Amino acid sequence: MRIYVCVKHVPDTAANIKIVSNTGYDKEVKYVPNPYDEYGVEEAVSLVEKKGQGEIIAVCVGNESSVNSLKSVMAMGVHRSILVKTEEQLLDSARTSKALAKAIAQDRADKPDEADKPDEPADLIFMGKQSVDSEGMQTPYRLGAELGLPVVTGVVDFSMEGALARVQREIGGGARETSTIKMPCIIGATKGLNEPRFPKLPAILKAKKKEIKVIDISTLEIADDSQYRLKNLEPVEERSNATILEGSTQEIVDSLVKILREEEKVI
Amino acid sequence: MSKIGVFIETADQAIKKSVAGVISAALQGGEVVGFVLDGFAESYRESLGEYGVTELVNLTAANIDFSKQPEAAGRALAQGANAFGISSLLGVSSPIGNDLLARAAMELKSTLTLDCLEVNFQENYVKKSHFSGKAIATFEMGTGTHVIGIRPNSFDAVRNPVDCQVIDHDMDLPSEDAIEIISVDKAGTGQKELTEASVIITGGRPMGSKENFKLLDECAKTLDAAVGASRAAVDSGYAPHSMQVGQTGKIVSPKLYIGCGLSGSVQHFAGMKTSEVIVAINTDKDAPIFTKSDYGIIGDLFEVVPALTKALKE
Ligand SMILES: Cc1cc2nc3c(=O)[nH]c(=O)nc-3n(C[C@H](O)[C@H](O)[C@H](O)COP(=O)(O)OP(=O)(O)OC[C@H]3O[C@@H](n4cnc5c(N)ncnc54)[C@H](O)[C@@H]3O)c2cc1C
Ligand SMILES: Nc1ncnc2c1ncn2[C@@H]1O[C@H](COP(=O)(O)O)[C@@H](O)[C@H]1O
Repeated sequence: MRIYVCVKHVPDTAANIKIVSNTGYDKEVKYVPNPYDEYGVEEAVSLVEKKGQGEIIAVCVGNESSVNSLKSVMAMGVHRSILVKTEEQLLDSARTSKALAKAIAQDRADKPDEADKPDEPADLIFMGKQSVDSEGMQTPYRLGAELGLPVVTGVVDFSMEGALARVQREIGGGARETSTIKMPCIIGATKGLNEPRFPKLPAILKAKKKEIKVIDISTLEIADDSQYRLKNLEPVEERSNATILEGSTQEIVDSLVKILREEEKVI
Repeated sequence: MSKIGVFIETADQAIKKSVAGVISAALQGGEVVGFVLDGFAESYRESLGEYGVTELVNLTAANIDFSKQPEAAGRALAQGANAFGISSLLGVSSPIGNDLLARAAMELKSTLTLDCLEVNFQENYVKKSHFSGKAIATFEMGTGTHVIGIRPNSFDAVRNPVDCQVIDHDMDLPSEDAIEIISVDKAGTGQKELTEASVIITGGRPMGSKENFKLLDECAKTLDAAVGASRAAVDSGYAPHSMQVGQTGKIVSPKLYIGCGLSGSVQHFAGMKTSEVIVAINTDKDAPIFTKSDYGIIGDLFEVVPALTKALKE
């Protein structure tokens, strides 16, 4: 079987983000593979380990430094990677999904896997539920629309039963929904699906030799027809220091209740 | 006048609490048309009229149970939006809302903004969080149809009574789908839903056990609050993941957020920093949470919380 995993190269969530010139940010921060995508990678790697066969290909749309995230996921067990190279990093999700779709289609035409038919979609595509930079929560649906594949995202449990995938999602208030999806399909992973492995040194060294094919996004001829545009980015003002309530525990809770009731009027 | 559609999310024949705020947001853009997928539009007519829904559309398709077929549900919302001349379709950014809105957007080939914090129809822009809540992005939406999921509690629900009319709209949809929902397990429920609560009390790593969370339950009862947990508490097995607040958990916006034994991590704050008032209880006066909250109590949560519960009961 062949599995594609979509991996975005994103600033570490703990990094300080400095906004520059309205719609950009200072890129000199630590970058990591998008944390949700790692759940997808782990699921793909453990599936292939269990089956004893299969190829996993990571696909990323991003700038040159994205190779670092691709190397990280190859150290986790991904076999090879494709980078669709762009200049900027905050991309429109419509464009991103078209680029992912074209890169995947091209790869299947170039490197048909003997076990499957190149004119049919890949068996499985794992993605993350959301990017931690742009928080779009939609690329899986868009890729699904491009490739004509069913999509379920926010997946916390995954298994395969013949030509069906069985998945679970959390739907609020602690309830879990179980559904079946006809494969091939797209799965958007989230926390709870598995525990992504920490690669050991030999795996990291081996990953350095794995293939990363770089395609320039301009060669994919993606029409830029979207009018949805990022106009402005502004930092969120952190609250300033808290007012510390002082006194005995009794005095403190009494004054807190009074403040919440009478001044803030939130209870 | 433009028509704005609102997906009326329901569960067990009751309207989700956050829908009212979405209707108020939609009213800023024009007349509001509600779309109901569970077939019980008539029973919601009166309460939705209170908030300003003028037309309430009962979307139905023979042989299809939308609660089992999310693809058909998305298609139904899209067809409804087209049939009623909707310029923007709004809904609650909840697990079900996001899923169906995204599916509808793919059918409509529209723009899609989920977890939206602000929408302005006059100037045609939306705002949403970026970088785990560290920045706010403004997007110009352009022409065409827009699908927008609104973060719960980010718009106040305002009463705006109108006459509401129910319209039945039956559609012809393919009955076979690739996705089928086969069951919903409510075993983990009974908790008050975090995203809908106006007060949340959350426990962090020092809670130490599942039993100790009862301390927070007690306090929550006095405030009709929901109880949350940090990832450290969830990963230690003190609380289920459905209670986790933060970047990899629930995103919440209550009026009051009380954090007990939380250090104040960026990822936790990504899920709750839009709360109106934040109160922090922590033994360490230098804990980072005190630099990002409104009120701080330096003290042991095992002492402060029971005292607070008692004070609230009085
Ligand atoms: C990609 C990613 C995603 C993440 N997503 C989330 C998420 O969704 N939600 C989330 O919460 N975290 C998330 N985290 C984890 C986050 O970084 C922190 O590790 C976590 O939030 C810490 O939880 P905590 O505040 O409960 O524990 P700690 O950081 O251990 O803090 C405990 C605090 O309690 C205080 N304390 C100790 N004893 C007492 C007492 N008796 N009374 C009062 N105070 C006391 C201590 O002084 C300390 O400040 C994520 C991390 C990553 C890398
Ligand atoms: N530039 C990208 N390159 C590779 N995968 C991406 C990219 N952008 C988004 N994705 C995938 O789509 C998921 C959802 O992203 P988003 O819609 O941006 O929240 C991510 O978790 C990734 O798996």
